This record gives sequence, structure tokens and C-alpha cells, in this order.
Amino acid sequence: MNILSIGGVERRFDTTLALQATNLDVAENDFVTILGPSGCGKSTLLRIVAGLDQPTAGEVLLDGRPVRGPGADRGMVFQSYTLFPWLTVRDNVCFGLRERGMPRAQQLEVADAFLAKVGLRGFEHHYPKQLSGGMQQRTAIARALANGPRMLLMDEPFGALDHQTRELMQELLLGIWEAEKKTVLFVTHDIDEAVFMGSRVVVMSARPGRIKLDRAVPLPHPRHYSVKTTSAFTELKAELTEQVRVEVRAAQEAMAAAA
Amino acid sequence: MKPLVVVAPGTRIVLGISFFVLFVAVWAAATFSGFVSKTFLADPLTMVRSGWTLLTEMNFAHDIGMTVWRVLGGFVIAAAIALPLGVAMGAYKPIEAFFEPFVSFARYLPASAFIPLLILWAGIGEAQKLAVIFIGSFFQLVLMIAVTVGNTRRDLVEAAYTLGSSDASLVRRVLIPGAAPEIAETLRMVLGWAWTYVIVAELIGASSGIGHMITDSQALLATDQIIFGIIVIGLIGLVSDLAFKWGNRHLFPWAQLGR
Repeated sequence: MNILSIGGVERRFDTTLALQATNLDVAENDFVTILGPSGCGKSTLLRIVAGLDQPTAGEVLLDGRPVRGPGADRGMVFQSYTLFPWLTVRDNVCFGLRERGMPRAQQLEVADAFLAKVGLRGFEHHYPKQLSGGMQQRTAIARALANGPRMLLMDEPFGALDHQTRELMQELLLGIWEAEKKTVLFVTHDIDEAVFMGSRVVVMSARPGRIKLDRAVPLPHPRHYSVKTTSAFTELKAELTEQVRVEVRAAQEAMAAAA
Repeated sequence: MKPLVVVAPGTRIVLGISFFVLFVAVWAAATFSGFVSKTFLADPLTMVRSGWTLLTEMNFAHDIGMTVWRVLGGFVIAAAIALPLGVAMGAYKPIEAFFEPFVSFARYLPASAFIPLLILWAGIGEAQKLAVIFIGSFFQLVLMIAVTVGNTRRDLVEAAYTLGSSDASLVRRVLIPGAAPEIAETLRMVLGWAWTYVIVAELIGASSGIGHMITDSQALLATDQIIFGIIVIGLIGLVSDLAFKWGNRHLFPWAQLGR
């Protein structure tokens, strides 16, 4: 059963075409990673699904209903740290719940449960600036999940983190996904991350972006970190690396030609 | 000394007080030695002595009270109107487009030049004094508050929308709390300017207040009293500034982190 259906979505900025007419269907409980060179329009596509940007053609359907703007049914985690600095960790997680008018006692119950899931018990009363980047992104994940969204949209959420923290965050998020079975759309330019996290990897071409490859990831769940050394993982990674390389080169040539 | 390296708190206080001491020492040396005639500048001791006389025999405390009342009264009225208008301008661009050009023009109108007009309109009573303070601080406040609110981080706005915020709750729960510490800082600064306007307002057509005492002393060539009046204004300014800083630190602990 498809939860999300992207049909002929295209985005132009003035005269430049950033995203070619794109079609993508996402099934319930799927974890789709979108991979592509920078500037290929993958973030634009995600922002259109979030309702933060409007397509110039085509439409996005969530549970069959067209997306008109941003809403609590699509939780989003950004690459930049977007916790509200004036709220404590706990109140950040409560933000969307309070927006819905949930009683305070219930808000705290939900918030504390999700904070425990992302391993932040004991940090409820800290302000975001007192946390490391990884902890801030864990809070952002808890904040998005606490809202009980139909889908989770993630725009390079671990892009600003150091390598070691990023790997721990990948395992954490995967563990949460395996337990909660959320539908996730995850944008990244890290091939390892795309394969390790995704049940399906979509590769986008250089600008103007379009989907050039769509592969199921043949790795069983639950996934342990050691799958990264299996042959199934390395074979898929090799194929994707080749495909992305071609696009990165094409993007560079387009830049050189324009200069 | 190395550029930008912080000093220890203790050293900092000692250095700060040292300059006051040096300042008074130079003043004392210039006046007691007879280098500067008493007609033009009273020495520190005479100043303190006549200050005491002013306070104990001439009811100067009442003048101080009047001046403080005028500053606070005019400033509170200005802030009470400037806050909602500034927030509305910062949040909603059509409102800003409507008011901003006029406010930008009006803030360059010198408040003191309005005094003759205001005397004509409001007489020489308290309304006229409050009006001077109001004109001097209102337009500055509106503009600075509007800019602060308008500078809210766009990624925080987007995060709020994806958590289910409506437009009204975005203003109430993101724009206002995010801008609050900087708005408080603006209030602190503009209150300092209001102090210069009140003295000007009291120089003309007043029967009480620090400014009135200074004009009276001018007729008697009492430089000791004039200097005492000026120092009192400086001290009150310093105290209100410290109180504001202390208040801001306690109201917005999150804004102090990582500074």
C-alpha cells in the first residue's frame, strides 16, 4: 500500500530547471534513501514533500490527499540544528504536542518516552546549546517522532556530524525504525549511509535532477553494523558509487561549461 | 596584552574602578591647584558638599523622583505601543511596507525640536515632558523590534510549520520568544537615550526635575550643583542599565549560553 505518491513533480527557479518531472511511490513502512550529487534537487524534492516548497508542475499525494503545505503528518529533521534555543530539550519535544492541545501531563509522558528511546534520559532540562551536535539531532528526531507523523522526512540529518557520531546515529535511527516501523524518506550524499539505512535506494541525476536508478537493498533486518563488510553490501555500494560518480562528473562539467 | 583575550573578573573590576579614580584625581588636581578657575569648574569636595545641601535642604530628591517618573512614564507608553506594532511589522511584510517608510523618516526627527510645538499643544505640564520622551524613543523602538523579529531564523520557522504550527502560533511561539532577548536589549539601549531627552525637556518650561535644577544653577553660576546633577543622572543611568542586564540574564538564561 502506497502512503506517498509523487507524480510528475517538477521545480523551476526562474528559468533554471532544478527538478525534472519526477515520479516516486513510497510504500508503508518503507525506508527510502535518496542519493545524488550536491545540487541535484534531492533536497528540493524532499522540501516539496514536506510542503515547504511548491512544485511548478505535478503533485504530491499523501494517503491519496494532495499536499498543500507543511503539516504535522510529515515530521522533518533538518541538516541544520533547528531545536528552539529558548526551550529545554523536553519542551522542544513537547512543541508539536502542545500545538495540538494535548494536556501537559500527557505531553511530558510522550516526550520522556521518546527522549529515552534516543538515549537522552537525564538531559530533559538542558538547553540545546548545552548539547553536542549529535545530541541535538537526537532531540530533533525525538521531536519529530513524538508528533506521531505518518512519515519522517530527513534532509541529510547527520551531514554536519563527525564520522564516528554519524555511524552511531545511523544505528540508533535504524533501531528506532525497526521498532516503530515508520515510513522514512531520507536524503543523503553518503553512499554507505544510503545502503546501510535504506530498504530502497533511489539515485538522482545531476541537475536538472531526475530519478535514474531505484534499487531494493537486499540486506535483512535487524541490521547490525557488521553488514557493511558483507558482499551484498559492497556489491550494491560499488554499483551505486559508479552511478553517483557519473553524475558528480556531469555536474562538474556542467559547472565548467557555464563558467 | 593579546588581542581578544579575556581578563579575569577581579582584574576587570579593578581596572574599571581605576579609571573613575584617575578621572576624579585629574579633576581634583586641576581645580585645587587653581589651574582652572572656580567660576568655570567647581572642585570635587565643593560638589559633594553642595550636593548634600541640595538633597537635605532643597528637596532635590523630589526633583530626581520627578525626572525618573517622566523617563519611565514616557518610555513605558512608547514601549507599550512599539512592542505590538514592531512585532506585527516584523512578522507581516505588508504591515511593514505600510509603516516602515514613515517610521524611518520619523525617527530622524529630533525630539528636542518638537518641544516648542509640544508646549503649544500640551502646555508645560507633565504631558509635554512625556510626549518628548515618547517621540524620542517610540520610532527607534518600533524599527529595531521589527528588524529583530524579521530576522528570525528561517529554519526554525520551517521546523515549527512541520511540527504543526499555524501562522498565529508561529508568531506567538517562535517569532516572539526567539526575538525576546534582543528586544530586551533594545529596550535597555533606548531607555538610555530617553535619559538624554528628559533633561532637554526639563531645560525648557519645567518647575521641577534634574534638568530644571541645572538651568536654575546656571543662572547662579553654581557649577558645583550642575556637576552634581549630571553625576546623579549618570549614576541613575548606570543603575538602570545594570538592573536591565541582570533582569535579561535571569529572564533569558538560554541566550547567555555559549557566549
